Order: sequence, then C-alpha cells, then structure tokens
Amino acid sequence: MSKEPVIEAIELTKTYNGLKAVDKLNLRIEEGEIFGFLGPNGSGKTTSILMMLGLTEPTSGTARVCGYNSTREPLKVKNLAGYIPENVGFYDDLTTGYNLAYMARLSDIPEGVIKQRIEEVLDTVGLKGMAYRKVGEFSRGMRQRLAIADVLMRMPKVAFLDEPTAGIDPRGIRQTLDLIARIAKENKMTIIMSSHQLAQVQRICTHVGIMQKGKMVVQGLISQLGREFLGGGRFKIEVRLAGVAAAILEAIKQVKGVVKVDRPEENLLVISSRDDVRSQIAKVIVDNNGLLEQMNVVSYALEDIYMKYSVED
Amino acid sequence: MQGMMTVFWKELADDFTSKRFVILFLVVLLAVGFAIFISVQAIDALKEAVTTGTHFVFLMLFVPPIDLPFFMRFIFFIAFLVPLIGIALGFDAINGEKSSGTLSRLLAQPIYRDSVINGKFLAGVVTIAIMLTSIVLLVSGIGLNIIGVAPTAEEVLRLMAFIAIGTVYGAFWLGLAMLFSIFFQRVATSALASIGVWIFFFFYVLMFAGIIASFVAPVGETQLSQLQNAEVQIMLMRLSPIQLFEESATFVLGPEAITKMQYLQLQAQAASKFFTPAPLSFGQSLMIVWPHLVSLVALTVICFAISYAKFMREEIRST
Repeated sequence: MSKEPVIEAIELTKTYNGLKAVDKLNLRIEEGEIFGFLGPNGSGKTTSILMMLGLTEPTSGTARVCGYNSTREPLKVKNLAGYIPENVGFYDDLTTGYNLAYMARLSDIPEGVIKQRIEEVLDTVGLKGMAYRKVGEFSRGMRQRLAIADVLMRMPKVAFLDEPTAGIDPRGIRQTLDLIARIAKENKMTIIMSSHQLAQVQRICTHVGIMQKGKMVVQGLISQLGREFLGGGRFKIEVRLAGVAAAILEAIKQVKGVVKVDRPEENLLVISSRDDVRSQIAKVIVDNNGLLEQMNVVSYALEDIYMKYSVED
Repeated sequence: MQGMMTVFWKELADDFTSKRFVILFLVVLLAVGFAIFISVQAIDALKEAVTTGTHFVFLMLFVPPIDLPFFMRFIFFIAFLVPLIGIALGFDAINGEKSSGTLSRLLAQPIYRDSVINGKFLAGVVTIAIMLTSIVLLVSGIGLNIIGVAPTAEEVLRLMAFIAIGTVYGAFWLGLAMLFSIFFQRVATSALASIGVWIFFFFYVLMFAGIIASFVAPVGETQLSQLQNAEVQIMLMRLSPIQLFEESATFVLGPEAITKMQYLQLQAQAASKFFTPAPLSFGQSLMIVWPHLVSLVALTVICFAISYAKFMREEIRST
C-alpha cells in the first residue's frame, strides 16, 4: 500500500433481477495507469464502470474514486472523473462549440475560460477550426475524438472510456488510441478503458483485467500476464528453414532466453522466449549451415490470454 | 441551481430554434387568425357593444357576444391547441436524450440529477407562456385596429389571468408528456401515449360524463332532476383538465358573455346560479376560478412528482 489508489472497488456487486451482472469485483488502479478492461459482451464491464462513476447504485460493495465513495458522494466523483459512454452521443443540431460549452457550463467552468479551452481541446484532438460546425455532419471517428475533447474540457484526474474504439475504421482507431495514450501521459491522467480491440489495448494499456460473467478472472501488468499464465516466454518467434537439421534444433534450444521449441511443420519452428532473441537465433542457424527463409516475431498476443480465459465457460 | 439554469437556457434556446418551434408558431398564427376571423364575423355585435357602452368590449374580441358552435370559440381553440404545444415540447424530453446517447454524458456531469428535468420543465413552461402571450398580444393588436377601443385596466388584468391559466394548463400537458418520456423508452411510444390521453380527455370524458350522469341522476319531469343531472355531469367533466381550463378561461374572459354563449347548455344551467345579469368583478371571477386553478396545478404537480420520483431512481443501464 504505497499510495492511495485512484480507483478502488471492493467486493462490488450488482444484481439485476436475481442475475449477477457484476460479482464481487475487486479492483485497484493507481495514478497514471492505463487500465484495459476486457471481456465479452455482457460480462459486466459497463455496469462496473457505471457503478464506479456513481451513475448506478451497487447492490453491495463499495467503489471509490480518489477516496470518494461513488454512491454517497457522486457529485465529488463526477467532478474528478470524465466519462465517455458507449455509443457516445451529441446534440446533432448544435455546433461542436456549443456541445462542448454546454457540458463545460454544467461542470461550472467559468464562462471566460470555456471559449479559450474549446479552441485548445479541439486542436489537441485534431478537430481544429471545427467549433462552428454542426456535430450532425461528423463521422464516427470525429465524434469519438470530440468525445475525448469533451472529457479534456474539464481535465479530470480519471477518465472512464467505454468502448472508445467501437465502430471506427483502423486508421481512426490508431489515431484515437494514440491520442488517449498521449493525453494520459501529458496530463498524468488515469484511464480505464473497456474494449474488444485486444491488439489495440495491448498497445497502449499498462494494465489489463479480463472480466467473465461478472467476475474479474485475470488482472495485472500486461508484461506479466504473458509469463504467468501461459507458462512460457512472452515472445513467440516463427522460423521457416529450407530443411531442419537436428543440430540446428539443439543449438536453438541452447540460446539464452529460449523456453520452448515446437515443430508444427516439417520446416517450421515455433520458439517461445522471454526476450526478443531473433539475432541470436539467426546467428545459430547460420553457424550451423542452415538456410533461413523467413523469421517472424509474434509477441504473445493478449488475444491468447483472452481466449484462454473466455473459453472457460 | 447553476446546473438547472444551464439546462434551462439550453433547452429554451433549443425550443426556440428547433423546426418544431416553426411548426408550433404556425399553429399559433392559426389561432390568431381564427380569433380575428371570428371577431370580424361578430363585427356588428361588437359595434353595437361599443355604441351602447357595454362593459368589457375589448374582451369581446376573444369571446364575441354571438352564438357560435362550441368548436368555433376561441377558448375552445386554445384548449385544443395548448395540449399540442405542451406535448410537442415534452414528449421526447428524456427518452430523446436517451436514444441520442446524450443522457448518460449529461448525468455524468457534476450536477444533481433533478436539474435536468427541472430545467427542461421550466424551459417548456416559459415557452408556453411566451406563445400564449404572443397569441393574446397579436389578437389584441389586430383587434384594436378593428374596433378602435383600448382595453381598460381590468381587461388587461383579465387577459393576464387568462395567460396565467393557459400556462398552468400547458404545464400540465408538458408534465404529462415528460412523464411518458421517462416511462417509455421509445420516443414514438411516448408521443402516442400523450396524444392518447389528450384524445381521451377531449372526447371520451364528455361522452362518459353524459352516460354516467344519466345513470346516477336520470333526467325526470322535474326541473330539479334536470339540474341534478347537469351537476353530476359537470362534476365528472371537471375531472378533465380541458374542462377545468375551458370553464376558468370562460369565467375570466367572459364575465358577462357567458350566459349568451350557450356554452354547453347544461353547463350554463348549472352555472347560472353563480351568475347574475351584472358582470362579475375581477376578484369574484378569480374566486370562482380558484378551485379550478388549484385542481390544474395539483394535476401538474402530480405528473411532475411522479416523473421526478421515477427519474431520480432510474438507473443508467448498459444496453
């Protein structure tokens, strides 16, 4: 217990008509973390977020944001937390600037600051000069970025992003995620992000938690998860050779960091390792007169971890 | 408070800039044109009233002293129109925000939840008041041009009372529409439900009142039995806010015209015990109207209270 966690959930439970949507969720997120909240549809991610924000009352258990109880002091929590709901919506008939200003006024930002802030945040999210455009004209990706701008207006300490990458194209996803990562870093903002885009989550999140039927089944640092739960190294290297000699196989096994070598095909080796040992492997192959055709590194995808846990029905 | 005023100003701006408002404004113009049309029809009667120096000549612009079928009367027209305005302003208040995905973002702001419905309700009431005022002012302006007689102080007071009563009446429909917009998830459903209630009060209550009254107090030979029948019927009709509005507006606007108007013959009979040939003073008109007004306010408060309770306890769910 080095420092106070920014977000804390203790035995958080929510029951809808006898069905447990969230079952004794325990969570601890510290300042500056980007927490990836994973899990299939209906696993309770959104409900958990809503309870932490104080928008939904938990059946039992407590949620705290920066030390404030989300159920008892929702206004204080809302003051500190920004939220982008799933399928974020704006007033389509109104301009971008008005949309941002309205929410800002509700959070009591002084009128003088609002105007200047709007320009700033639109610039940050790459919507510069759009303040007088109607939101109805925006594409899905632009809306998502506008939602981030909306959160930035208040510069919250914590941001809850529910599926921020749903329904946008690959380029848009990349832009959105880079933006989130940059903002988190620049402003020391703690971010909780739920998503299905596993590869993307892996790219920007420092921590992940996987939910399954209302329960958190795995939780921790991404780099640790690979090792702990797959019983192997974090990296997977695929090597294709023109003929595999026994000597090469042996030599590769000797390379420092290599955990396991599989041979699923005649000329294909799949090597698990703790580190990226491509250059050493290449050297070993060449030293043993092997003909290297192709070599790929596949870092252990979060997908593997995810699949492993979501199969267990 | 801050949050509520922010919502209020935003909603008011919305009400006045939306396409919906353009349509409603056309309806308002229709009401004005209607009133003027009727006044022109009654121009002879008005002239006569001016020359004989009758009281409340100016009010006759709104309640002309001629026999008219009930659906051609200004008050009936307003009674018919105001629900439309109230429903149009309120039917998608909450579920509209829900379906556009703005509600959860709105509620995630650091404001009390009731600020949202309070602000919306207040903005709607102000819009209704502004519309009614503009109807009255437009009719007054054009009417002044036609008859050339300026309103007296009492007439101005009476017109203001009329606007106030109309606003309360509109607030009821707004509250009802908002209530449905909280209870129903879909905008189309809540709009239909509000219109359903409107139609029910407009047609069915009048019908049922007649039927029930003839069971409870059948009309016999005696005048007494006729009077009892009429009283039962009116009592039942007063369950409808439309009836409450029509009666109170009539008492306020037509202190002397009422007996001439044959406003539902039955009602005139029952009401005749209130009326002497001399026009009632403003204070006395208000006294008669008071219970009606209290009932209207009560109905509005009930609608709003249910909305409030439901909305405050409603959970934002992931769907």
